[in-house]
Amino acid sequence: FLQHVKASFGTLKPEAKNMSQQAVNGVSHRGKVLTLDSMNPNVKRVEYAVRGPIVQRAVQIEKELKEGVKKPFTEVIKANIGDAHAMGQKPITFLRQVLALCSYPELLEDNMFPEDAKKRARRILESCGGHSIGAYSASQGIECIRQDVARYIERRDGGIPSSPDNIYLSTGASDAIVTMLKLLVCGEGRSRTGVMISIPQYPLYSAALADLGAVQISYYLDEDKCWSLDVAELRRALNAARQHCNPRVLCIINPGNPTGQVQSRQCIEDVIRFAKEEHLFLMADEVYQDNVYAEGCKFHSFKKVLFEMGPEYSSTVEMASFHSTSKCYMGECGFRGGYMEVINMDPEVKAQLTKLVSVRLCPPVPGQALLDLVVNPPQPDEPSYTTFMKERTAVLAALAEKARLTEETFNTVPGITCNPVQGAMYTFPRITLPQKAIDKAKEEGQVPDMYYCMRLLEEEGICLVPGSGFGQREGTFHFRMTILPPTEKLKVVLQKIREFHLRFTQEFS
Amino acid sequence: MKQLEYVVLARRVSQIKEELRQGVRKPYKEVIDVSWGDPHRAGLKPLTFVRQVLSTCLYPELMNSNRLPADVRQRAQRLLGGCAGGSVGSYTATEGIPEIVHSVSEFITRRDGGVPSDPENIYISPGSQWALTNILNVLVNREASTRTGVLTPMPCHSATTLGIMGLGGVVVPYYLSEEQGWELQVEDLHQALESAKGVCNPVALYVINPGNPSGQVQSRKSMQEVIRFVSERRLFLLADEVYQDCIYGENSEFVSYKKVLTEMGPPLSDTVELASFHSASKGFMGECGLRGGYVELVNLDPAVLKYIKTLFSTDSCAPVLGQLALDLMMNPPQPGDPSYPLYDMETQHIRTTLVHNAKRAVSVLNSLQGFCCQPVEGGAFAFPRVYLPPKAIQKAKEVGMQPDTFYCIRLLEEAGLLFSAGCEYGQKEGTHHIRFCIMAPEDVMEELLKRLTSFHTQFMKEFS
Repeated sequence: FLQHVKASFGTLKPEAKNMSQQAVNGVSHRGKVLTLDSMNPNVKRVEYAVRGPIVQRAVQIEKELKEGVKKPFTEVIKANIGDAHAMGQKPITFLRQVLALCSYPELLEDNMFPEDAKKRARRILESCGGHSIGAYSASQGIECIRQDVARYIERRDGGIPSSPDNIYLSTGASDAIVTMLKLLVCGEGRSRTGVMISIPQYPLYSAALADLGAVQISYYLDEDKCWSLDVAELRRALNAARQHCNPRVLCIINPGNPTGQVQSRQCIEDVIRFAKEEHLFLMADEVYQDNVYAEGCKFHSFKKVLFEMGPEYSSTVEMASFHSTSKCYMGECGFRGGYMEVINMDPEVKAQLTKLVSVRLCPPVPGQALLDLVVNPPQPDEPSYTTFMKERTAVLAALAEKARLTEETFNTVPGITCNPVQGAMYTFPRITLPQKAIDKAKEEGQVPDMYYCMRLLEEEGICLVPGSGFGQREGTFHFRMTILPPTEKLKVVLQKIREFHLRFTQEFS
Repeated sequence: MKQLEYVVLARRVSQIKEELRQGVRKPYKEVIDVSWGDPHRAGLKPLTFVRQVLSTCLYPELMNSNRLPADVRQRAQRLLGGCAGGSVGSYTATEGIPEIVHSVSEFITRRDGGVPSDPENIYISPGSQWALTNILNVLVNREASTRTGVLTPMPCHSATTLGIMGLGGVVVPYYLSEEQGWELQVEDLHQALESAKGVCNPVALYVINPGNPSGQVQSRKSMQEVIRFVSERRLFLLADEVYQDCIYGENSEFVSYKKVLTEMGPPLSDTVELASFHSASKGFMGECGLRGGYVELVNLDPAVLKYIKTLFSTDSCAPVLGQLALDLMMNPPQPGDPSYPLYDMETQHIRTTLVHNAKRAVSVLNSLQGFCCQPVEGGAFAFPRVYLPPKAIQKAKEVGMQPDTFYCIRLLEEAGLLFSAGCEYGQKEGTHHIRFCIMAPEDVMEELLKRLTSFHTQFMKEFS
């Protein structure tokens, strides 16, 4: 016991002045109020691979490089997280101009900024308490911004009405997703809420479900059919789950993360039909809605499809759809801007939702302002339009090209198969690992794809996330890599992974 | 969870604002909204240096000219250097931009007269309430057969009580002693524990210093008693210290729980588990909307800390502008810097205003029949007791409102003042209070007090 205590104490820096010898020897370790036993057990089940152990090692390696430790590479390429700006993508000029004006309104007198930017800044400031982005907003978000979001949704969905009262601005889409799950999860034992989520999935979902003590109901996407969703598989998963929980929610990410799959319109209809039949609340995570690259693929919003299916569906199916300022062409992750639109929600539940969001006071106002610009971009008759469109098109075109390049390159590597990256920002290729490598991983106490990714990190300085962090069929292995590095760098990364994979396969042959 | 009282008021205020916009005649031209602890909403201005740096970070082209002072440009450059890709649009490390986390720990050490602060135990979050909810999430064990209790002051701002309940915890109230200036008396802590017997398992004590809404600044002696109490009764101490820069009383001084704990020496200093919270929302900056706050964890089990880190990681990171605001708060311009004179002038002005407002509000309130207000030694609010006439209480019942909500609705309708009702915060049965923010420009405070005086006199007469 003392050894364990001393070992874990090694990670603490004793507060030199007042630490007693007793404390240094670990006696103070006894009798803590908050221990592994007394803490919320659900929190212990939470994992989030995107920022997990491999990333921690990557950060450590970066430190070592800074300290001058020699390595086979000079920088760590963090292709683990969907962070476009970190990889060199430039912010959209117009967005930053307006935000700078909102931040320091004296600049409204400065002719460095175009009129359309100033107009929007003035309008946003007008809607802020005390005309400052530093004032709290209503917990649900600034009203005129919610109105703008509703109008954007109407335009996007061909005129289908959207009410600002159904819009909840949030601290990134993640915040809204977790809030919605909090509302939905209840019950005990066999009647505990079950939530359907895809395998593979973005691990925020599994983390939130673990935290809430909800039952995760996994449905497998079909890797052989380009990660498509099959209602028969939904049905199988649901029926099995009914034995031990009360399934109430179906989560779907479209375009998909990590798969990049863009659901066909038919598929979305089938899912909605299924949700209605089985009386499930639909959660449609649509944060990558502008990130669609493949020929023949198109983003169809769940809401639009729902309403086009007629009143039998549109007046009954309960749904929440989520969007964010972190992805698409803006890539403004650091602003933590997002929203959800709730459809057909019971008004009494909405009142509870309003209460729930008040606990954290309000979403960051700069993120709300940014969202307002995203839903209210420069129009063709405005001065900033040309530059804005040029920048936006360039970002999306670069992503499309990188998606294609990635798929093409990985498919030339024996032992790596890569589905087309139809949308989003990631590739999730399948890797074949020799049995000896799998055995070695076991010896090291790691899951095989973690072992693979750790070796890649140590040898090439490339940080990916193992497929086990997202879920995959038993016996298969994958990794998730972002397609975000600049094209030239991406080419190098792809080459290095190719070489590593061949080396690795050779080593364990 | 009961219906939030302020929703009633919030709904009505939107309507009134709309009516005013349409030119409907009212006894006032605009609504004065002092229902939140929000200095900017109430009319105080942001600090110029802060906003200049933030705008430059947002739009770095501003660095390529002399339109902004040199120290602004230098600071923006330094801060952007800590951002991936040189952009405030990138994610950051979970706990915050490392340089800023270090700034925070250095600030804490300076503030506490040299007591070391470990950056590893600091998490920057989207506002302090976010961090508090995460820590509560770790403390509140929903799976346990007995529910988890958190000792919470009465009165207390509703975000925390809602947060506790939302996590499935039980709010165990301890009543602050109004007649002694809202003092925290240890007997009330003991009483609270008694009341929890057979109801729940208390694991934590939540204390707000300076108080919200109470305005009290805790004495060192009282803080020592609290520390001894949590140690004896094995409670985790949650210290909400977001108003630490808002001190007005001549004889009041803020000292942090961490400092007092350290001064008390071992074994207490090595064993009492503490989470202290601070924020860029209050103080001179008042940047509530940017959502920048932090928690410092002291004496926690390292094994538990690992899980706390994973939990925070699922939130990605705090908004970058909020993180930058924290850095600017911890590292303001220094004498000799080009921005210093203006910065100094602005902060002095705010300080003078707030000290003046605190005194003036209390003095006016206590001059009126039917009000009794404890000294506002710190914090953002005045929280006077209102002695409502029985007829007013009766009327409130008839319209289905809490008596102090009724008072606030009438205050809004007739005087254009948006306050909040005491029932939102918890108060002794049969007592009524109202809360309003005193972090406002002097002229706004004067106007507010004038309208309040006139309304109150009228109201008391009407229901006499």
